[in-house]
Amino acid sequence: MSLSQLMLGPNVVLCNAASQTYPSCNTFTHALSFFNKIEGSQATARQTAELLRSVISQQRVPYTNQAGALIDAVKAIGEQLIAANPVELAVGNIVRRVLHIIREEDLSLTTAAIGGLNLSAVSDDENDDDRDGDSTLSAAAVAAAARSTLRPPSLQTLLEDTPVSAAVPQTSSSGAADKSSRSRKLKHDVIEAVNELIQDIVTCHEQIAEQAVEHIHQNEVILTLGSSRTVLEFLFAAKEKKRSFRVFVAEGAPRYQGHLLAKELVARGLQTTLITDSAVFAMISRVNMVIVGAHAVMANGGVIAPVGMNLVALAAQKHAVPFVVLAGSHKLCPLYPHNPEVLLNELRSPSELLDFGEFSDCMDFGSGSGSPLLHVVNPAFDYVPPKLVSLFITDAGGHNPSYMYRLIADYYSADDLVVQRRATAGN
Amino acid sequence: MGAQKKRAAAAAAAARVSEDPDDLARQPLQAILLADSFTTKFRPITLERPKVLLPLVNVPMINYTLAWLEAAGVAEVFVFCCAHSKQVIDYLENSEWFSQPNFTVKTIESHNIISAGDALRLIYEQNVIHGDFVLISGDTVSNMSLTQALQEHKERKKKDNNAVMTMIIKKSKPSPITRQSRLGTDELFMAIDPNTKQLLYYEDKADHSKGTICLDKMLLAENPSISLHNDKQDCYIDICSPEVLSLFTDNFDYQHLRRHFVKGLLLDDIMGYKIFTHEIHSSYAARIDNYRSYDIVSKDIIQRWTYPYVPDVKFCGNRATKLERRGMYRALEIEQSRSAQVGSFTVIGYGTKIGSNSKISDSVIGEGCTIGSNVLIEGSYIWDNVIIEDGCELRHVIVCDGVIMKAGAVLKPGVVLSFKVVIGERFVVPAYSKVSLLQQPTVHDSDEELEYADNSSGTVEFSCTADQSNGEMTSESSEAHKPKLGTGGVGYIWSICEGGQEEEWRHSVAPIPEDKLTELSEAMDDDQELVTQDRTALSTSGELISDSNASEGDDNEDSKDDSVYFEKEVEATFLRAVEENVKVDHVILEVNSLRLSYNMTSADCAGAVFYSMMKLAIKTPHSSAIGLLTLYPSPFSMVASNAYPIYLSGELQQNTANIITTWQKLLKSYLLEIDEEIEIILKFEEMCLESAKEFSPLFARILHILYDKDILQEDAILRWADEKEGADESDKVFVRQSEKFIQWLREASEEED
Repeated sequence: MSLSQLMLGPNVVLCNAASQTYPSCNTFTHALSFFNKIEGSQATARQTAELLRSVISQQRVPYTNQAGALIDAVKAIGEQLIAANPVELAVGNIVRRVLHIIREEDLSLTTAAIGGLNLSAVSDDENDDDRDGDSTLSAAAVAAAARSTLRPPSLQTLLEDTPVSAAVPQTSSSGAADKSSRSRKLKHDVIEAVNELIQDIVTCHEQIAEQAVEHIHQNEVILTLGSSRTVLEFLFAAKEKKRSFRVFVAEGAPRYQGHLLAKELVARGLQTTLITDSAVFAMISRVNMVIVGAHAVMANGGVIAPVGMNLVALAAQKHAVPFVVLAGSHKLCPLYPHNPEVLLNELRSPSELLDFGEFSDCMDFGSGSGSPLLHVVNPAFDYVPPKLVSLFITDAGGHNPSYMYRLIADYYSADDLVVQRRATAGN
Repeated sequence: MGAQKKRAAAAAAAARVSEDPDDLARQPLQAILLADSFTTKFRPITLERPKVLLPLVNVPMINYTLAWLEAAGVAEVFVFCCAHSKQVIDYLENSEWFSQPNFTVKTIESHNIISAGDALRLIYEQNVIHGDFVLISGDTVSNMSLTQALQEHKERKKKDNNAVMTMIIKKSKPSPITRQSRLGTDELFMAIDPNTKQLLYYEDKADHSKGTICLDKMLLAENPSISLHNDKQDCYIDICSPEVLSLFTDNFDYQHLRRHFVKGLLLDDIMGYKIFTHEIHSSYAARIDNYRSYDIVSKDIIQRWTYPYVPDVKFCGNRATKLERRGMYRALEIEQSRSAQVGSFTVIGYGTKIGSNSKISDSVIGEGCTIGSNVLIEGSYIWDNVIIEDGCELRHVIVCDGVIMKAGAVLKPGVVLSFKVVIGERFVVPAYSKVSLLQQPTVHDSDEELEYADNSSGTVEFSCTADQSNGEMTSESSEAHKPKLGTGGVGYIWSICEGGQEEEWRHSVAPIPEDKLTELSEAMDDDQELVTQDRTALSTSGELISDSNASEGDDNEDSKDDSVYFEKEVEATFLRAVEENVKVDHVILEVNSLRLSYNMTSADCAGAVFYSMMKLAIKTPHSSAIGLLTLYPSPFSMVASNAYPIYLSGELQQNTANIITTWQKLLKSYLLEIDEEIEIILKFEEMCLESAKEFSPLFARILHILYDKDILQEDAILRWADEKEGADESDKVFVRQSEKFIQWLREASEEED
């Protein structure tokens, strides 16, 4: 059962729903109902981005304050998307990324327009000169360039980020002649940038896997827990580069996805050992590196990962084994884990743990006090604090947990961090 | 494997099916959803609102069913509305179900339908079902994946055109004490072929007073293996072939899906239609049949067995709810006093206010409720917009929309308050009472038959009076013939229908009270003792008796069967002889001819005659009290819960002595040798253990009588005692009992020597 196959049904429907209807808030509600049925951060992220792209493409943009209109539309839909699947933080991340894209594109257009109007204006700001020179380039490209060079955060850029929303109404005051062309240009640019984002999401596995050879060395022993597509690709990439190494797979109770991972690894000719989750501590002394996937990476560098991960991280720390987390950039969440809006966990059905029929007599509420003595709790996720993580590998390279906030500042604008609350107040 | 993953797989499979050009011939899956249960178990609530719209953990039941059908890959659902059809249709029209892509919901409305059978006949006439369909009622909660069951059904159908239905079952142990499932339904017995999974026998109304079930002997003869279950729960989800609809049309007397249709198909071997079962393990499915299952399923939802259909996951436009520690679900905008204690496994709806020092646990509170201070709510279901004033106590009750409870009112366990009832200040509503604004329908049989009676016509009348009765009407009329609900109370307390109080606790929201349980388990313990003794004695005799009980007049192959029929014949002959005063010689002649025709030994005759005599002895004093016949299928701990009639032992002994005296000639004519005498003792022992337990305390005395009448010689008794020497402890009960007598015999014989 491959992910792409899994996605096909709902995917088509989503696009249909989007194209048939004018994107007001309500018409997307049935599209939303599919949202809690999709599994996997990457798939959800891609869906979200595609849905938002269709929202943007169908949003009629007024002459004044186009960026504002787009932002409002995306926020309105985004709020519902987040509410529809609060556990999947990737949805919120993508909504914020798209908002950020709109802001950046608008900014670049504004600066270009101002540059066009005052060609002769002399600016003593070096950065401004850059912008003028690159006005043909899209802001996303600039941002990407900035990201790739990983320049340190200058006060200038930090300050520049904040007045973006303030800059939005200013656009109305700029020249009326090229408004229509500009509005079309803004939408066009935004859609282009969102397409790039979708491309990034699709290729994030490959980009992470490219770095595999730098991290996995000859004859090493790698331990992983459960199953993650990113980890799988990462290990395959190392294998393809003729590295020979061994993999220990902890099965990942109660869903036992480690079994599937082991199967796939063996199919690719990797020497694999399957162990129970509880055997991790016993095995960790033989392990050179722990490589795991994540559900989400928080702004403080903490990781939300499948249940049992904290145990693995603690064991790795005890034996000073590097604990490496692989995460696509769509998993970077600009929120902190103590934020009340973050739904850290999801309690899944107890039937994954035990057979209802066998225990049905323990669940007989009809006698005694009316409340059962047996409670079954099946949380899906664990929280791994940043101090237990040695390295994050994202599609933008390897990073220290303490550097996460910086990456996040690149991807998100501070105004959008609370999508929900702002939108609720607006409504 | 997670349910969600399975569902995703199902969705993927469904998507693949629709894309696969090879399978284009396959019909999109259809479903018939019966939005009426055709029962009156949820009265008085269902007089005002259809059952499928009753909130289950703050979401109307039908939404669970529809959400599951959609997720399971059903493309088209026909919602059959009958009682309160307008409400159902209005609700569906305003919900999102009509506007889902790839999922169409159509309603079929009819007012004069009184049973599921009629509904299916009507749907057949409309000719809308074109292929396999899922038959489900609108009060079913499930998260199972249909893919596998559907595939199995289709494959079976391909091989055998008579495999018309696949029934979904789930393991769930019934309570050994109350003999009902955890969902409050009666213990269900199913015989299933373990290899083909074919359903061979279905009995949900087993007679527990007798502790027996009857299996058709042909069943055992025709099937090499049968597994008989009492730990399966019928989920009331059926995958049917279109033939099922035409079957309903052909058999116009089929009303109930299970009692008539399933049993009808199982019994009727002319057409040879077969029903198969599909057991689900990890996924959940249950139907809300009565108040108890309402309670149990609610708790299962809160405990997340129905994941993803849980309050904190949006599956059908339910309000955003957050799951907090210890299973507390809270919607938004709840005003809760700091001193209020909200316990574990509680759901609190949107905009509810909770006053200070109130305690709430294991309960579901709806939207917009106002709960005062010092209120105690335990295990209760409070629906929307209920006002509960200070100091009220609610334990294990259901409170419908718009109810007002004045300060200090108390609801005892099992109470159901229907819509907009007002309970007066400090009024105590007695346990298990049902309170409604509507008067109890006077024509109330509360019997099986009424379950099919339409209540829609009645409803219309009642709802007319309902509006008036809100006002002064009630206070006036209430004076006359109903208990008041305290000062300012509005509503009628329904009298508990016949057989009421006894059975009410079985189906109520309240857990079964301790004293009831101990009472039942004590009654059961008595039986248990006998059963444990019984186990050691082979169950063959049990089978024999059950067969004779079933009174099947078929020809027989086994010698085992032979002996049963022989015994029956002899008994019949003997009884006739007693009634008609036939001479002993003639009886001997008749029995002899029977013996020849059945090819039996004289020992068998002696046993049979003796058996008949003892039977007669039991029957004589109380003609109504019939000897107990019990069947204990060895793999199951089925326990007879009944207390058998208590005889004055003297009376029984006297009867026995009389009969033995009268008929000793008959008996003696077969006691040619000592072996036959031993046979009689063994037979008697067996009877005491199984079919005529009344004799067990009298064993030694009757043995003595038999000795006195020269029917048994001392040699026979001593040899019997010697034979039993090496037997199990449990086998020696009667030897022990007659130890003194045997001792005396031994001494006597020694003296003679």
